[in-house]
Amino acid sequence: MGRKLLLDKAHIEGIRYYDVYRKNGGYAAAEKVLKNMSPDQVTEEVKKSGLRGRGGAGFPTGLKWSFLAKPEGVPRYLVCNADESEPGTFKDRYLMEFLPHLLIEGLLISSFALGANRTYIYIRGEYAWIPDILEEAIKDAHKNGWLGKNIQGSGFDLDIYVQRGAGAYICGEETALIESLEGKRGNPRIKPPFPAVKGLWQCPTVVNNVETLAAVVPIINIGGDEYAKIGIGKSTGTKLISACGNLNKPGVYEIDMTISVEEFIYSEEYCGGIPDGKRLKACIPGGSSVPILPANLLLKTAKGEQRMMTYESLNDGGFPTGSMMGSGGFIVLDEDQCVVRHTLSLARFYHHESCGQCSPCREGTGWMKRVLQNIENGKGKMSDIDLLWDIQRKIEGNTICPLGDAAAWPVAAAIRHFRDEFEWHVNNPEEAQRHNFGLAHYADPLPVVAAAAAV
Amino acid sequence: MAFRGMQSFSTMAEEKKLFKVTIDNIPVEVEPGTTILNAARKIGGDVVPPAMCYYSKLQGSGGKCRTCLVKVSKGSDADPRPMPKLVASCRTTVMDGMEVANITSPEVLDARKGVVEFLLLNHPLDCPVCDQAGECDLQDLSYEHGTEATRYEFKRRTFEKIDIGDHIKLHMTRCILCYRCVFTADQLTNKREHGVLNRGEASEIGTYIKNSLDNDFIGNVIDVCPVGALTDRTARFKNRVWFLKPVDAHRDCDKCCGKTVLWMRGDEVFRVTARKDKYGEVEEFICDTCRFEKKEAKDWVVEGPRKVSRHSVISQGHYVGVHKPHETIREVMSGRDPKLLMNIHSVSEVNQPSVDLSKIDGPAHSTDFPKINGVQ
Repeated sequence: MGRKLLLDKAHIEGIRYYDVYRKNGGYAAAEKVLKNMSPDQVTEEVKKSGLRGRGGAGFPTGLKWSFLAKPEGVPRYLVCNADESEPGTFKDRYLMEFLPHLLIEGLLISSFALGANRTYIYIRGEYAWIPDILEEAIKDAHKNGWLGKNIQGSGFDLDIYVQRGAGAYICGEETALIESLEGKRGNPRIKPPFPAVKGLWQCPTVVNNVETLAAVVPIINIGGDEYAKIGIGKSTGTKLISACGNLNKPGVYEIDMTISVEEFIYSEEYCGGIPDGKRLKACIPGGSSVPILPANLLLKTAKGEQRMMTYESLNDGGFPTGSMMGSGGFIVLDEDQCVVRHTLSLARFYHHESCGQCSPCREGTGWMKRVLQNIENGKGKMSDIDLLWDIQRKIEGNTICPLGDAAAWPVAAAIRHFRDEFEWHVNNPEEAQRHNFGLAHYADPLPVVAAAAAV
Repeated sequence: MAFRGMQSFSTMAEEKKLFKVTIDNIPVEVEPGTTILNAARKIGGDVVPPAMCYYSKLQGSGGKCRTCLVKVSKGSDADPRPMPKLVASCRTTVMDGMEVANITSPEVLDARKGVVEFLLLNHPLDCPVCDQAGECDLQDLSYEHGTEATRYEFKRRTFEKIDIGDHIKLHMTRCILCYRCVFTADQLTNKREHGVLNRGEASEIGTYIKNSLDNDFIGNVIDVCPVGALTDRTARFKNRVWFLKPVDAHRDCDKCCGKTVLWMRGDEVFRVTARKDKYGEVEEFICDTCRFEKKEAKDWVVEGPRKVSRHSVISQGHYVGVHKPHETIREVMSGRDPKLLMNIHSVSEVNQPSVDLSKIDGPAHSTDFPKINGVQ
């Protein structure tokens, strides 16, 4: 049984409400911070914990906080990124629905550490009912003296505001989020300047994911050093994984980062294997933007080592044979799923969500979608596969924000690992309409050299 | 006292440290805060990256079209690491000791080719009927960096043409979404009434809802448009630009500088525009009265013919029997373009950097240079 730090009290009835949360040890961390710690000590504790951003990029949170510019007389802001729109990811929703006070406590501690007196939660518009939960929790926290002026007699002021987005994936990119929060069109800004210098209303701003901010609470409770002991190497602490797809028990799981991918998929404690005795074909381990992996490379790295649920191990082999931890949206495909169709639906998503600001992404995502549509509908040509490869190559790295990369990677990985399936679709257009390609040879590990040469 | 203060200020300004940047092996010194693109413009010539959305007179412009991508092979003297991705040169400021590769980097040329392909993907390529043809930035860009054929096999996106205001026609199908017109309206006029609507591929320039653009300076959006998306309704389809003679002219105007270019044929003024420099940027913005209402030669004081680059189709239309010069350099350099042989110091045996010409008394002789290969 892995250690739980975030969801350990999620099962308690009424934990959503202030009284129950407080009775079960809630706001103890906030109390400790406000009474005994200085902002720098909190940052130091977070640095010691080795906490990495849980939104997808995995950037060390303590380091990010220490980059925040602190000019005199200029307000600083903390923004909580709750615009969780990555397909396959729904962990923040779970946190906010069941443990709103945990997030508020995390926000309070983080705001104190950063010296921010006004903090925003930017939540995606589709989570229509969650702002009510959060606002109720904020009201209760106010009533009990955890928000507002002079919190618990410490002299620290904080107000938290909830702002709803209007349903754009791009607003999860931190600068687009800031633009949207300012009431403008949600287009990503051109960096530099980074938000740590010029963010919200041109003031220094830190944007963190919901889970990252919530994780600050157990870090203060058990101490940064203790937190850093959980997990392997630089993947410290626990991570929420939202597992979905062809699994017996999909859902949100909190793992300490010591288990293997195989254990996560097949053990009864976690996902409980694949339904109807089917076999594993492929998996996207970290939300739709990260490269898809075939079963052989998912369970074992190209070096033949067991792949673990950690930032490093999932990234082992880089793009040729690895993937990424991403936001923890774990999507599993069984042998009856069609990778071409799957890639098409991702391409369609990125086409729909591109903001249209820079040309490679605006034009390239639509082009990829249409070419994939042709292949899927039996109108593809062999040259289309190379064309797709070329389009993604010209989008990747040439755009303003990472959405271009996120659109390019799934297509690149699908072609890299499942080229034979694409070719089968082109060569057997009619058969491809009736049934799927199946598992092919993915159960057997590819020789390392062949996999690396397919880059 | 005040005088002394000023003096110290001016010496301080003189002592301000310049950053040394190398672009395609050509060194240049620029002030801190300059962008790579402007540093390249200081050198001039082929090393200047093309820019479709950047406009030096518009604050905040640039970074969107991605045609000006360059490779930073060395970040600075202090931190020599190369930048991981290609960067937009129009929005990246230089650091001391930075080394940039533009046309000497195959990676940049490849990415640029990709960007041109993307920009042309949904462009209608209706140059034969487009008023902008002949002075179109996209046309120039695709001649220089594009491929001859497209790989796009799908229906291109189209929009209805709309009149935004009495004098301006918006043909959104041609637009490349550079946002220049939005910045212009934002920064020149008090109330911007048009902007970008919708998202992604469906984004369009528009007024919400069907407003007309009516403002003393709104005509400038036509000049800043790099393509034929915004055209002058008073001049549409009247004539091709290469049949017209551009002349510099001015008039006393109480709203603007009054310095314009008249596009004439005989005594007839077909079109009035602002004066554009060699990067297609206007020197000074002009008002709508000058642009749309003064269409007779007697309204203007003509200064003389406008200098037009000899590469431009505008200056070439008048000549017949032009002989194309024979390209020898490429032949003897095994097909390599002369502009790719930029590091002249490494191949030249005179003017070596090791010899400081200012230290030599009188005119330099060959004996002043060290012997090379034993030949004097």
